[in-house]
Amino acid sequence: MPDAWDVPLLTEWLTGFRDAVDQAGEELTALDSAIGDADHGSNMRRGLAAAVAAVSQAPPADCGAFFKTVGMSLVSNVGGASGPLYGTLFLRMGTVAGTAGTLAIQLFGECLQAGLDGLVQRGKAQPGDKTMVDAMLPAVRAYDEVAADGGPMVSALTAAAQAAAQGRDGTTPMEAKKGRASYLGERSVGHQDPGATSMTLLFETAAKVFA
Amino acid sequence: MKKFINDPSAVVTEALAGMAAAHPSLRVDLDQRVVYRARPKPDGRVALVSGGGSGHEPMHGGFVGTGMLDAACAGEVFTSPVPDQILAATKEVDRGAGVLHIVKNYTGDVMNFEMAAELAAADGIEVATVVTADDVAVQDSTYTAGRRGVGVTVLLEKIVGAAAESGADLESLTALARRVAEGGRSMGVALTSGTVPAAGQPTFDLPEDQMEVGIGIHGEPGRRREPLAPAHEIAQMLVEPILDDADFTQGDTIAFLNGMGATPEIELYLMYGEVAKILADQGITVARTLVGSYMTSLDMSGCSLTLLSADDELLRWWDAPVNTPGLRWGR
Repeated sequence: MPDAWDVPLLTEWLTGFRDAVDQAGEELTALDSAIGDADHGSNMRRGLAAAVAAVSQAPPADCGAFFKTVGMSLVSNVGGASGPLYGTLFLRMGTVAGTAGTLAIQLFGECLQAGLDGLVQRGKAQPGDKTMVDAMLPAVRAYDEVAADGGPMVSALTAAAQAAAQGRDGTTPMEAKKGRASYLGERSVGHQDPGATSMTLLFETAAKVFA
Repeated sequence: MKKFINDPSAVVTEALAGMAAAHPSLRVDLDQRVVYRARPKPDGRVALVSGGGSGHEPMHGGFVGTGMLDAACAGEVFTSPVPDQILAATKEVDRGAGVLHIVKNYTGDVMNFEMAAELAAADGIEVATVVTADDVAVQDSTYTAGRRGVGVTVLLEKIVGAAAESGADLESLTALARRVAEGGRSMGVALTSGTVPAAGQPTFDLPEDQMEVGIGIHGEPGRRREPLAPAHEIAQMLVEPILDDADFTQGDTIAFLNGMGATPEIELYLMYGEVAKILADQGITVARTLVGSYMTSLDMSGCSLTLLSADDELLRWWDAPVNTPGLRWGR
């Protein structure tokens, strides 16, 4: 069982995330139809297909280059709010990863924190606004707790995935404050947030790579 | 879903190809999905770039031409364009006098234009941005994404486009654009949902006897659902929230009744007649009127009303010649 990320594992994570989004595409679109504009599934599919193609055509030399390639592919292909949000998340992870060939538990945690900071900064969303932050913030916290106890990586990622799923479920009773769902006001209550749903898939896939 | 399509994922590109075939006055970059004027503006003039999700035709590609936009970036259906497209358009149309980005207040549009403006600035291009946010159906507060940009965007592109044609500089055009953005208010209703080609079914279910009040232009449900009412009552539902929000009795007003894509002109004119009666009763002087489907939501049926406070300067730019596929008058 590996205990650190390298480019092949990151690639496995990315392709796994693409497959998970492909499978969940209709669910994501259905969730987005209820409170948004029915495009989250198709936009993420398009962006992830482009990201997988980019890292397969020219395999990145290090972890930082990997995240930057993924981030730019998402910014350039997704559109909507998800493109800049997921794109910024990966670009910031790349800045922290730098030229590292492997990311052990501590450094990967720093990458996640930088990605979360970028997400919050770009989207200006706070916890409780019914966005992907509501899944990612608890996930990063849960990861950090296990990392502080010394790991291993699989436990940290499993804890993160569970926390993300809880956070995702917690978006259902919330009233949206950001994004198109916010235009519905209290009518957005009772619907799970599509962004928090795809974010949970990202962490669940990460946990599977190390399982 | 019954639509003229080949492949749901190719709808936007194929529509742009058809647009290029139909309008020799346009040049369409199918790779970047940007609509340009075939004959660019002379050097030294400020260029106007707008864009957004597709599905709102003729906005924005149909408003490229003399007197309106220099370029329009077409995103996927109901999805904002990406920074690459906006940056390409901005670089291409810059005539050395700067570029004004006209952005509707939707989270995705704002973020993608913001990233593109940062990249353009890094390339030495002066970019100013104006964000429209005229939809009174949405509560505006620092804790929300704010009001949506809807109908006033069309009026703004016409008015500021005319001023840009006359050679006004970026600073004064930005000020004019802000004045238009702040002076406009809109409200919409839907009788049916639209159907996004990639989704294949209507975005929301709306029973035959119900309507959605307070809609945007992305097929999202509105603020509330009500029993379908006669046109004169719906006209009240459109006008009242606008007048509750802003006073239009102090000068001239431009009134714009917009169709959402599937509502025929006979109904739009009927509805405008009802609106005009109410406005007259309220002591509002409508100096200019625009009725038609200019900012649609695919095949949604419904309409929106936009009122814009207008002084002599705004009316002069409004009356100035415009020659685009979607809007054309004067010469």
